[in-house]
Amino acid sequence: MDVIVQAFSASNLIFLGKGLLITIWLAIVSIAVSFVFGSLLAIFRYSKTLVLAQLAFVYTEIVRNLPLILILYFAFFGLPEFGLQLSIFWKMAIGLILFEISQLAEIVRGGLNSIEKGQIEAARSTGMTYRQTLFHIIIPQAFKRMIPALVSQFITIVKDTSYTAMFGLMDVLNAAQIIWNQQFSFIFPIIILVAILYFVINFTLSSLSLRIEKKLG
Amino acid sequence: MNFSIPLSHLDQYWSGFVVTLKTSVIALILSFIIGFIIATLRVSGVRPLAFFARWYVEFLRNTPLLVQVFFFYYALPRLHVSWLNFNGYQAGMLGLTFYTAAYIAENVRAGIQSIDKGQLETARASGLTYYQAMLYIILPQAFRIVIPPLGTQFINLVKNSAVLAFFAGLDIMYVADSLQGSSGEVFGVYTFAALFYLIITIPLTILVNYLEKKLAY
Repeated sequence: MDVIVQAFSASNLIFLGKGLLITIWLAIVSIAVSFVFGSLLAIFRYSKTLVLAQLAFVYTEIVRNLPLILILYFAFFGLPEFGLQLSIFWKMAIGLILFEISQLAEIVRGGLNSIEKGQIEAARSTGMTYRQTLFHIIIPQAFKRMIPALVSQFITIVKDTSYTAMFGLMDVLNAAQIIWNQQFSFIFPIIILVAILYFVINFTLSSLSLRIEKKLG
Repeated sequence: MNFSIPLSHLDQYWSGFVVTLKTSVIALILSFIIGFIIATLRVSGVRPLAFFARWYVEFLRNTPLLVQVFFFYYALPRLHVSWLNFNGYQAGMLGLTFYTAAYIAENVRAGIQSIDKGQLETARASGLTYYQAMLYIILPQAFRIVIPPLGTQFINLVKNSAVLAFFAGLDIMYVADSLQGSSGEVFGVYTFAALFYLIITIPLTILVNYLEKKLAY
């Protein structure tokens, strides 16, 4: 019992809390940016007319079939080679975003394809342009259907941020590692606390998704 | 981009490739067995078993793989039980197995529950016992539904197995990272790692898409 009390000292909890904020901030940035660009790539691919459609296809299919850890290595060592002097946070954020764009693009593509093509023709025949059809008919329905898959990918992104600890970002897992490296008997209480923290964030997200699904019917 | 360094170390990449593939295959088999058991517990109708199965899945899916590997690598040896001392590779393998098992359990459960309940009752009415009906009627149909998601899980395993690189697991990612460290070459070394991953994952992705279309009804 003593070990648990000592492990959860105020200074340790504050240290972990700071790490947790970095984890959450990194997750929010990664989710927001990769959702926007992932959706764009999927829409490019859906409206096959553009040259961008081919580029989007190649990017999505290559990147989503690679390990995230490989992309993080690319970002960590590669971005400085381009002369980009970025903080570790932004190196990791860029790596995560490059990878998650491909995952989200695939989900959005699946959602768009799940809408019957007949609807496009029906909407076009009422006089709507292709773009109007896409943005007012297809995309709103598709996003409604995608919510479960999207949220489950957001949860994956929260988990994925943990790899950045291995590159030196002071996220919650790295903070935990520093605490248990100073006092190895703290490992059990600290690692379990960290697991619970991730669990609470992700379980909340998935409960929220269920509630939204129910509301939208 | 300098390809001469990876090209002169192709034998190392090849051995990393074999480790990645072997690890993923073994972890898939083990996680299928565990996932299958968990799914069976979940639908068993026995309250405490179903409860355990549900929270196994929730907890393992909502916490990062890296935290789980840390648990096997750093925490369990603290119990000072000789058979709980795992080296990096074993810890990685265990983490991959238990993590993937949670996903497979959900796939199998969805498979079982998608079979019309009437079939079980009909089978029972025709004189089969519960276990016979499960074994000969429900599970073969469930298995068919589960094959494409299992393919997806295998692809995820191949990608997730890059976590071994952090624990000197001798996989593709580890080979590339060591080579980067010793040579200083970034893009050539990691691009080759990417090619070795894509050799596995792209054909599998195509196969899974094909199976999804073929088995859909």
